[in-house]
Amino acid sequence: MTPFVKHSGRVAPLDKADVDTDQIIPKQFLKRIERSGFGEFLFFDWRKDPDFVLNRPEYQGASILVTGPNFGCGSSREHAPWAIQDYGFRAVIAPSFSDIFRTNCLKIGLLPVQLPEATVRELMRADEVTVDLDRLVVSADGVEHRFEIDEFSRVNIMEGLDEIGLTERREDAITAFESTRPDWMPTVKGMR
Amino acid sequence: MPKTLASKLWDSHVVRQAAGEPDLLYIDLHLVHEVTSPQAFEGLRLAGRRVRRPDLTVATMDHNIATSRAERPDEISQLQMRTLEENCRAAGIRLYGVGSRHQGIVHIIGPELGLTQPGMTLVCGDSHTSTHGALGALAFGIGTSEVEHVLATQTLPQRRPKDMAITVDGELPLGVVAKDVALGIISKIGVAGGQGHLVEYRGSTIRGLTLEGRLTVCNMTIEGGARAGMVAPDETTFAYLEGRQFAPRGAAWEQALDHWRRLVTDEGAAFDREVVIDAGRLEPFVSWGTNPGQSVPVTGRVPEPGSETDERALRYMALKPGTAIQDISLDRVFIGSCTNARLEDLRLAATVVEGRHVHPKVRALVVPGSMSVRAAAEAEGLDKVFLEAGFEWREAGCSMCLGMNPDILQPGERCASTSNRNFEGRQGAGGRTHLVSPPMAAAAAIAGHLVDIREFPGQAG
Repeated sequence: MTPFVKHSGRVAPLDKADVDTDQIIPKQFLKRIERSGFGEFLFFDWRKDPDFVLNRPEYQGASILVTGPNFGCGSSREHAPWAIQDYGFRAVIAPSFSDIFRTNCLKIGLLPVQLPEATVRELMRADEVTVDLDRLVVSADGVEHRFEIDEFSRVNIMEGLDEIGLTERREDAITAFESTRPDWMPTVKGMR
Repeated sequence: MPKTLASKLWDSHVVRQAAGEPDLLYIDLHLVHEVTSPQAFEGLRLAGRRVRRPDLTVATMDHNIATSRAERPDEISQLQMRTLEENCRAAGIRLYGVGSRHQGIVHIIGPELGLTQPGMTLVCGDSHTSTHGALGALAFGIGTSEVEHVLATQTLPQRRPKDMAITVDGELPLGVVAKDVALGIISKIGVAGGQGHLVEYRGSTIRGLTLEGRLTVCNMTIEGGARAGMVAPDETTFAYLEGRQFAPRGAAWEQALDHWRRLVTDEGAAFDREVVIDAGRLEPFVSWGTNPGQSVPVTGRVPEPGSETDERALRYMALKPGTAIQDISLDRVFIGSCTNARLEDLRLAATVVEGRHVHPKVRALVVPGSMSVRAAAEAEGLDKVFLEAGFEWREAGCSMCLGMNPDILQPGERCASTSNRNFEGRQGAGGRTHLVSPPMAAAAAIAGHLVDIREFPGQAG
């Protein structure tokens, strides 16, 4: 995971509600078996429009995506946050996120920041925004907005921790749990 | 303290609980497919980790598989499928791949093989994993990082979502089926209505649905924003499961039944949110826009836009407000997907098309959800009914639900589809999707336009 502590960058405003992961990265790009290189296909169909936010000169080099509610709904494809991160974004600010998308972001260090809709609207008009995960504030034009994130995710992302490694420390608890599982539960052995 | 079904399922899988940390949940079954797993297996290799429980992991190929023997997947799809094969072989994971008589859409084969059982936790790198909740399991979709986590540890750190009850009561009117219940719910709560919740479907209508109908309703849970939807197991569930390949047998079956019968929400248990739907007021639904919440009864009209999102959807769909839904003509019809490609769905559609013919300007496709569904349908002659009516009869896969294989809409083509998503470009760039039930899709294929199944000749009674 890419660690995230504090980042300042230009904003790209994508003022749309319910942006689904099919728009973020269409299916024809899900056939790749690599984890990188998805950035050039981000919003592939929408980028055919020369007026689309990512095509406009004033938003080149933007690293903070500010968008509408229920961002990332639909498919569980982690290729969506991979594409956003690979394009150069470090954080996404929205009034709400779909549950699976938010989790996927947290796992790779693309910071999902949830703020009230009115604040998000203000931030869409800002040039530069600072997201500070240590202090849990987003600041723009001298105004600070507090946001929340669970402490476990905050520490993991700030330190870029390997969550699988953390779980592996619970090996004893996992083994103990396994010994209590009922016998009737299905197991499937071997290739076919 | 009285508990909800979701709480019972959750609490019985907590491996470790600590203040300030998400619960560590044990995963009873992990289903894997070719699209969201390669990077997870690669991650394991790079970290020198092994698959902890290959015996609790089952794989299939569905997303970009060809559904016609005349077609071959493109090179890059083939590489992805070959990669899954190699990963499964190296880890000792059962794979129902190309050529297997059990191959099929991951959410069709889990229940069909009896792998999905009440009381389980089940995950898969696919958002429609919510489907499996129909058997009383806690089942939800995950991303590739979480797939890797489960492969390595058979657990997932998870925060407990809130509880939501969706109660549907009353008798379904004639011509209204499980898909209409799902679309009716989503058009009421919205596409983000279930965000942050685990949904339990309750009420006499849900109890009265077949298990296959419940699978359809739970499948669409994610379209209402909740990761998981579930139905408490009952006699319908047990009758469905008994005798299936991986279902317990003999004394184990009896033990399992004793346990499963306790998997109900206790009297007096509290939900964080409750929604009630009157089944008697439901009609066959049709989506007009670019998300499943943008749906209206088939007797309705394309609505006036209420937001910028609606306006964009109308532009994309090339529809004018006020147009009668039944005046919308079609180029394609797709009967398939993890939502509606089980035997019951194909039977419902076949009843409508029998002795009729697909409209000359419509190209219609039936893609069974699994090779087992295909074989069972053929055994009762459904393939002949569809073929004689002018439908194409394909092999199992996700197909035109998301168009990762050659089954796609051309730009501007309009399709009535039994799938789950009508997002822009979902079925092919520039394609326009109207979500409907299997009987509605079948009737639309014959008529050449969207049509009310209740007024379709021979269907009223």
